[in-house]
Amino acid sequence: MTAMCDVAFLLLSFFILTTTFRPEEPIAVDSPSSISDLEMPEKGNVIISIGKKGEVFYAVDAIDREAVLKAIAGETGLPLSNKQIQAFGEMAAVGVSLDELPGFLDIEKSKRNELPKRGIPLDTPTTSAKNELGKWIRASTAVARTKATREERRLNFTVKGDGGAKYDRIKTVISTLQDFNINSFNLITSLERKK
Amino acid sequence: MAEVNAGGKKVSTKVDMTPMVDLGFLLITFFILTTSMSKPKRMELAMPDKNEDPKKQEMKVKESHTVTILLDEKDKIYWYRGMLKPDKPLNELKKTDFSKIRNELVEVREKIGTEKDDKGKVDYAMIVVVKPTIRAKYRNIVDMLDEMAITNIQRYAIVDITKADETYLVRYLREYGSK
Repeated sequence: MTAMCDVAFLLLSFFILTTTFRPEEPIAVDSPSSISDLEMPEKGNVIISIGKKGEVFYAVDAIDREAVLKAIAGETGLPLSNKQIQAFGEMAAVGVSLDELPGFLDIEKSKRNELPKRGIPLDTPTTSAKNELGKWIRASTAVARTKATREERRLNFTVKGDGGAKYDRIKTVISTLQDFNINSFNLITSLERKK
Repeated sequence: MAEVNAGGKKVSTKVDMTPMVDLGFLLITFFILTTSMSKPKRMELAMPDKNEDPKKQEMKVKESHTVTILLDEKDKIYWYRGMLKPDKPLNELKKTDFSKIRNELVEVREKIGTEKDDKGKVDYAMIVVVKPTIRAKYRNIVDMLDEMAITNIQRYAIVDITKADETYLVRYLREYGSK
């Protein structure tokens, strides 16, 4: 009995220490497989998820969320209450247009999932006002610039696309990133065994 | 101490461990189920700077050393060597898929390595231009990048498809069909 108990608790401590909770995912994304085995960095990730139907979601690190929202609200003159900003801080990723955002934040957390997932409006040309992804990118870079150390200022822009998504959609996202002078970024893939 | 019991009976000092072990295993189960052992991986992609003069970024590669890969719907790949001229014969466009493209790329590279130019010199430089059509899936591009990594082709670019490429492909499909 004692031995089994020991083993059980040893395993328990192992799992407690190694576990990292899977971040909440705004949409189901089936990443394409690749032979690349580079690991994701821990901090400074900006993840742009693209669902199978092309919906775009934007996610920044939890500690920067409120600051990014404030930056974008300041730029676009979006009226937001403190409660709404706080609600945004608890949201894993944005996938609504800026016009809809205040209303979306007022809805109870559990009921948001029932709403249709349209994603961030993304229009070509990428510099047009309808391309809201650009606004989010600008706000994130502005927030990152205020950081103290060089390491903290570094943002890892990451595209997490569904393998079945149309390339056209991914291209628009990539092209938007390029417009903001972000020319090297990561693509999230799942590991495939070497053939 | 009060160990001198009247009946001389000894009280067991052992604690019942069962509930604790139960709890332990419950927690283990929980952590096993929630933990994600395989972290997502990433692949690096660098695109050219849009603001920079495209002429500056140009690489000098011989026309015949360019391989253009067109990615079409349903995981179909079409590729050709050299420049696309209006009179390019249709049979220079090769139809293939992801199971064969790797060998074909390696073959082309070997072939380029044996070809001598007018001065009798061999130029090994080869560049692959990937042009996905709007019908291509994101997976296709990632697979193609993978092939570049596997075949160790360092010079490649993902470029927007041109009108000429589209017309060439359409002409080919009309002639031979997509089967």
